[in-house]
Amino acid sequence: MGNYAQYWEYKMNIEEYIASGILELYVAGSLSEKENEEVHAAIQKYPELLAEVESIENAILQLTAATYQGEVASFESLKNQLVQKESKVIPIQKSSNWKLISGWAAAVLFGSILMYNTFQNKQSTSEIVSEKEALEAQIEKTKNTLAEKERLLEILRDKDIISVPLAGQDASPNSYAKVYWNKKTNTIYLDAKGLPAPPKGKVYQVWSLKITPLTPTSLGTIDTFTANSSKVFTIQNPNESEAFGITLEPAGGSSSPSLDQLYALGAVSS
Amino acid sequence: MNQELLILQFQQQDVQAYEKLYNAYCKSISGVINTIVKDAEVTEEITQDVFLKAWNNAASYSPSKGRFFTWLLNIARNAAIDYTRSKKYKQSQQNQTTDFFVDILETHDDLNSSTNAIGLKEMVEKLGDNCKSLIELLYFKGYTQVEASEELNIPLGTIKTKNKTCIGQLRSVLGV
Repeated sequence: MGNYAQYWEYKMNIEEYIASGILELYVAGSLSEKENEEVHAAIQKYPELLAEVESIENAILQLTAATYQGEVASFESLKNQLVQKESKVIPIQKSSNWKLISGWAAAVLFGSILMYNTFQNKQSTSEIVSEKEALEAQIEKTKNTLAEKERLLEILRDKDIISVPLAGQDASPNSYAKVYWNKKTNTIYLDAKGLPAPPKGKVYQVWSLKITPLTPTSLGTIDTFTANSSKVFTIQNPNESEAFGITLEPAGGSSSPSLDQLYALGAVSS
Repeated sequence: MNQELLILQFQQQDVQAYEKLYNAYCKSISGVINTIVKDAEVTEEITQDVFLKAWNNAASYSPSKGRFFTWLLNIARNAAIDYTRSKKYKQSQQNQTTDFFVDILETHDDLNSSTNAIGLKEMVEKLGDNCKSLIELLYFKGYTQVEASEELNIPLGTIKTKNKTCIGQLRSVLGV
C-alpha cells in the first residue's frame, strides 16, 4: 500500500510540474538562469519530464521549420569555414554531483507541490509567483547585456590603449571604423559598427600596414560580422603597425589586400 | 544517435557530429531567422553565421543552461534582430508588413513543395490570434515573459499557463 501511495504522489508531482507550463518556457529560453538549472536537474532525474521537453521541442522544431521553404546551404559550405581548435576535453560530471542534482530536483518537486496547493486555493498567488520569476528573468537578461557593455567599456578605458580612427575610402566613402590597440597585450579591438554588412560570399579582412615600404600583414578575416551584435572584434596583433586597413575579400580571405575594395584606412599617430 | 553524445562530440570539435546537429536544426533556425528578416537570401547567410558562431563558441554551451536547440535559437534571434537594425535592412523594407510567422506560411505559393506545411498552415490557423502572437513572441522573437505581457497587454502571471495551452493545441494537431 505504501508503495502505491508513494507512486501516486510521485505521479501527481510530475503531472503538476508539467501542467505548470514551465517546460514550454524552458524550450523557449525565457526562464531565468536559476530556473533553467532547476529544470535541467529535474529532467535528468525524471524521464517523463525529459520526454515531455523533447515533445515540446519537437513541436517547435516542426513549426519553425515549416515557416521556411527557402534554400538552406549544405553543411559542406559551412564545413570549409570551421576551424578546429585544439580539442579540449570536456569533463564529464562527477557522479558525486548526482546527490546535489537529486537534491535540487527534490526541492523543485516539493516546491511544485506547494505551488499546486496554493494554486488550488488561490489562483492569484501562483500568478504572483510566476510574475516574480518572470521579472527575475528579465533582470538577468538586462544584466547580461549590461555586463557585456561594461566589459567593453573597461577595455576601451585602459590607459595603455591607443585609438586609431579609420576613415571610409573610395569603395565605401560613408564607412568608418575604429581600432583600439593595446600594445602591451598585442591585442586590437576593432569597432566595425560603421561598416555595412558584407554581401554574400564576402568577408572583411583586417590588415596591419607598414608605410615605407608599404607592407600589408593580414590580421585575419571577420567571419562573425552578422552574428556579433556589438560589432567589436578582438584580434591579436603582434606587429609594429603604422596603419590599419579593412578590405572586402572573397570568403576565406586573400593573401594580399584588394586595394579597389579598401573600405576603411587609418594611420597610427606617432 | 544519442543527442547528449553528439553535443559532447560537437564541443570537442567533431565535425561529423556537428554535421548531424546541423542537419537536424538548420531548417528550424532558418525559419526563425526568416520570420525576423523576411528575406530568403539574407536568411541563408545569417544561418551560416549562426552555425559558425555556435562552432566557435562550442565550449561556452552547457546543458545545465538549457537545451542545445534553445541555445541555437538564442544565437539565431540575436543575429537576425541585429541585422534588422542595419542600414541594409532598413533600405530593403519598403512595403513589407508581414508580421506573424503564420503570414509567412500563408504567403507561400508553392503549396506542392511540402504537404507537411499545408497541414501545419491549417493547424496554425486554428490556433487563434492570441496563441499565434504569443508563440511568435516567445519562440520566434525571444521575448521574455515581461516583454510579451507588455506587448500583448495580458497579465504577466498568466503568460506561462496561456502559453502551455497554446503549445498543447499545437502538439495535439502535430500528434507529438
